[in-house]
Amino acid sequence: MAEAVLQARETFDCRKAWAATLEDLAAADTRIVAVVNDSVGSSNLGGFRDKFPDRLVNVGIAEQNMVGVGAGLANGGRIPFVSAAACFLTGRALEQIKADVAYAGFNVKLVGQSPGIAYGELGATHHSIEDYAWLRALGPITIVAPSDAWETAEAVKWAAAHDGPVYLRISRMKVPTLEIENRVFTPGKAERVRDGSDVTIIANGTTVHLADNAAADLARAGISARVLNMHTIAPLDEAAVARAAEETGAIVTVEEALVRGGLGGAVAEFTSATRPVPVERVGFPGFMPTGSVDYLFGEFGLSEAGIAEAARRALNRKPG
Amino acid sequence: MTTAQRNDSDPTELIRQKALWMRRTALKMVYKKNLGHIGGDFSATDVLSTLYFGVLNYDPDRPEWDARDRFVMSKGHATGVLYSALCAAGYFPQDWLETYMGPRSMLNGHPNRNYLPGVETNTGPLGHGFPVALGIAIAGQITGASYRTYVLTGDGEQQEGSNWEAAMVAGNRKLANLTLIVDRNRLQQGAGTEETNGLDPLDDKYRAFGWEVVEVDGHDHAALLDVLGAPVGARDKPLCVIANTVKGKGVSFMEGLAKWHHGVPNAEEYEQAMKELV
Repeated sequence: MAEAVLQARETFDCRKAWAATLEDLAAADTRIVAVVNDSVGSSNLGGFRDKFPDRLVNVGIAEQNMVGVGAGLANGGRIPFVSAAACFLTGRALEQIKADVAYAGFNVKLVGQSPGIAYGELGATHHSIEDYAWLRALGPITIVAPSDAWETAEAVKWAAAHDGPVYLRISRMKVPTLEIENRVFTPGKAERVRDGSDVTIIANGTTVHLADNAAADLARAGISARVLNMHTIAPLDEAAVARAAEETGAIVTVEEALVRGGLGGAVAEFTSATRPVPVERVGFPGFMPTGSVDYLFGEFGLSEAGIAEAARRALNRKPG
Repeated sequence: MTTAQRNDSDPTELIRQKALWMRRTALKMVYKKNLGHIGGDFSATDVLSTLYFGVLNYDPDRPEWDARDRFVMSKGHATGVLYSALCAAGYFPQDWLETYMGPRSMLNGHPNRNYLPGVETNTGPLGHGFPVALGIAIAGQITGASYRTYVLTGDGEQQEGSNWEAAMVAGNRKLANLTLIVDRNRLQQGAGTEETNGLDPLDDKYRAFGWEVVEVDGHDHAALLDVLGAPVGARDKPLCVIANTVKGKGVSFMEGLAKWHHGVPNAEEYEQAMKELV
């Protein structure tokens, strides 16, 4: 039944929301520029290039230079959105992100396209599942992984207005829009997707709708699961995690990323130091074998069934 | 700088005086702290003195002034010369120099723009300053701003591939507002550049990347002023200035020796060096 409902829901490509929003912002603010590494197509920036050719800086296939140029554009008073495949942006240019963006504190927006395992069969070189761990270590960068097209647009708008370095993780996997009334995007504040009292599922990005469906299945089995959309993983909304630990006593984290150093890592670090509760982390254990996105999601438990199972494991670990 | 500081009858006299002060100051900082990169400080001193006291348009009271010329110190380890130049230019008081590399000093071993006014970007890892300078120059190109951007790299630093990524873009974009200065002292940390990973012919490399290239004696203030101070004019390419320099320039027993990359003089050497720097 849930599957049928899910299939009936319309899904959207977040990249379209990112591109349309950036074009709107750029029309209103001439300081906004885009910097790419031959990634106009993969960043959906063809429209931006056509409308603002002078403000599209394509440095070619050269990620270190791309990020350094972004910092320089910020020095020159521009608001650069540096957009490239997440794997190359964060991996190849990590020292530039550390020194030129985070440490120097320039107002640069890093936009990781097709993150996680979006490139499926292309393999671990093209997956970006380490990005949370790498960038979460670089304090000043705010890391946001929008969960759907609406939130993507809101996050892009917020990033443009925010004075400071940001990493946006823009998925190309089509996802449904979360059905939450009166939504407001507040960076650094978890969004409560569903209330519950037995266990809390903390998800972000492409996995939030899966977590919500898993919670619906759990509810039918008499288990009350809270679902939080932790779109901002750095800085982490520690208050929301603390409430989850205190009020539900067990936590599951779900992310399209490595289970070490990302959302699960952040939640485990915080809870173990302050409010120890069982934490089950759903994500990828390391370099992925060959497989499609659907295959890898299913195989590694990023599914309604896999998340529900993780919730049961967490519940079973509750003391007493 | 303010035009009042210039001596129009001989513009190199101020540059010479400041260069001497910068060398003595850098040496004192390094000697006191028992840390630093004096060889590379001294090879770059005349370039920085020429820039700050003959070329750059800046106002130390407004370090964030939009229209300022930018100087990016890509060889960020040479803080002895950078900090003495910024101090001489009026960005901060002289007593700050006493804190060089001390606990929580604003004068870190590598420059941090959040610590010190006048520092355009954080450098230290090599190959970072040039791409950032490129971005600054592109911002000026996009907006039509009249400021110019100067970046100084070491010559060994040119072995970092990120420089060539930046060089290619600057050439293709015909960024005449960008000037790269290579501190060509022919020595890197442990040995000569040519025996480590040779750069020659460096001029031809930059020409092939679409740059105008000028070689200059990097200790000749008049020659440096001619090259660095010349207006962009009709030039439609970025400018690469290969400044032929001597590591440790100014102190006889330091000149041309790789060991003074991060060597620190003992008391006797310090006294001797100070006697020569007059």
